[in-house]
Amino acid sequence: MSKILAFVESRDNKLKNSGFETASTAVKIAGELGIEAEVLLIGSNVSSIASELNAYGVKKVLFAEDPKLEKYSTTAYSKILAETAKQINADIIILSATSMGKDMSPVVSAKLEAGLVSDCIEIKAGDGNITATRPVYAGKAFIDVKVNSAIKIFTLRPNVFKPVKSDGVTSETEKLNIALNDSDFSVQVKEVVISDEKLDVTEANVVVSGGRGLKGPENFHLVEELAKVLGGAAGASRAIVDAGWRPHSDQVGQTGKTVAPSLYIAVGISGAIQHLAGMSSSKCIVAINKDKDAPIFQVADYGIVGDAIEILPVLTEELKKVLSN
Amino acid sequence: MKIAVCVSQVPDTTTKVKIGADGKTIDPAGVTYIINPYDEFAVEAVLQLKEKHTGETVVVSVGKESNKEAIKKAFAMGIEKGILVKSDAEMDSYTVARNLADVLKEINPDMIIFGKQSIDYDDSQVGSLVAEMLGMPSITVVVGINLEGNKITCEREIEGGKEVVEASLPVAITAQRGLNNPRYPNLKGIMQAKSKPIEEKQPTYTENKTEILTMKLPHPKPKGKIVGTDVSAVPELVRLLREEAKVI
Repeated sequence: MSKILAFVESRDNKLKNSGFETASTAVKIAGELGIEAEVLLIGSNVSSIASELNAYGVKKVLFAEDPKLEKYSTTAYSKILAETAKQINADIIILSATSMGKDMSPVVSAKLEAGLVSDCIEIKAGDGNITATRPVYAGKAFIDVKVNSAIKIFTLRPNVFKPVKSDGVTSETEKLNIALNDSDFSVQVKEVVISDEKLDVTEANVVVSGGRGLKGPENFHLVEELAKVLGGAAGASRAIVDAGWRPHSDQVGQTGKTVAPSLYIAVGISGAIQHLAGMSSSKCIVAINKDKDAPIFQVADYGIVGDAIEILPVLTEELKKVLSN
Repeated sequence: MKIAVCVSQVPDTTTKVKIGADGKTIDPAGVTYIINPYDEFAVEAVLQLKEKHTGETVVVSVGKESNKEAIKKAFAMGIEKGILVKSDAEMDSYTVARNLADVLKEINPDMIIFGKQSIDYDDSQVGSLVAEMLGMPSITVVVGINLEGNKITCEREIEGGKEVVEASLPVAITAQRGLNNPRYPNLKGIMQAKSKPIEEKQPTYTENKTEILTMKLPHPKPKGKIVGTDVSAVPELVRLLREEAKVI
């Protein structure tokens, strides 16, 4: 193996947290394999933020910069990543399994005829070998996978690989020269609409999800208030999404989003197997449910058997008090 | 307009996964298989586009004989033609995509719609792989489609919001929950689906790029602590989160 290329995502000229995870993991794996890792940034003014990667031991940052690259384009971004990999002879490519990384990585995989392992939660490297572990069936099982093609691509599940600061190095930067024509922008993001201050459940460090036990959509604010106090995001069970209380984008579970926050609080959720699949790898799970036999208690670290509507406001107040000290 | 939809057959979401004898795949005993839930949004999207813009529809699947059930579900909802690339081999996403691309190249569709991921391997790869193999652009995780002439505008879900994405036909799209409400097949549709022929093809590519070494179950969690049965348990819960779990 010769070199690792890590694509680090930025939006609005800000590096994403998951980007630091990607860069740091690339540096770590490169160390284990005794090879070099280089980082690729794509955007309209990314050279100005390249130095933020110094603290993570990145020695070389390549950047593709063009006003046309300000907003994401599947076609242009994946072409740049594939071309860069060829130019520098990278045989391992790492991205984050964010909506951008998941969108780009298969396109790059097809361009380079490279095997792609999505949504890895662990990567083991050594003796010239690399194997990845990833969840399947939304986390009901895990597989260890190796890639047999010459070029190997891995996407990393956000929030799992913790970025490690290493002795500050000054990264060398290099502007790439990749010709882009109009046809390279055949898919183009025209507008990004971010819901008002709403943190996505997949990006949050704390997720509070509500279910049927809330009795009605009018009580969902109790979940949102608790999430807010904890600086987290509010999620929902499939039952209340299907009932129209919450939008699909809030759904946690096998046919919704898979989350692994530090703290997951399930409120009035019984814990159907499809919900458990989406959240059971959370580091600490709290369940509040009035049915002591609810399956959610099987995966919970801490539980309160009781009425969610009575307990939530008290919990929110208690946390406010404790966290303000 | 020609519109294709690709479907797969997957274990039902209520499935309790057991590891099979090979240690690499699940034990299929007692598992109920269904059409991949995201593929139903794809089928519905194809039908709505056909109803609005007229055209021919075809469903393509790669896999075992049992994948015919997913094709029949698409038939019952209203898709006209069906093709199965039949293979019992374990195929990774790349290999499935290559076989789909080879079939779709002959069909030459204006649009191909996929589910955003299959809920077994959760790869989220096949739609974009096929698109690139056919040299067409892809738009993934789509929750809104607006087609005017040759120009398509889609909304795709991203972290905490949406992107509005533009492209021209031909294009591949992967469907996310929220795009539409898949119709229930009516009795006539179900009856017709039973007798509709499914064209069978041989795989054109079988060499996987990735290899599963082992499949394992998550470590069982030690039993949690019931802190209490009413609001009086709240302070103790907060103390445990702070001092024992150290998560707040």
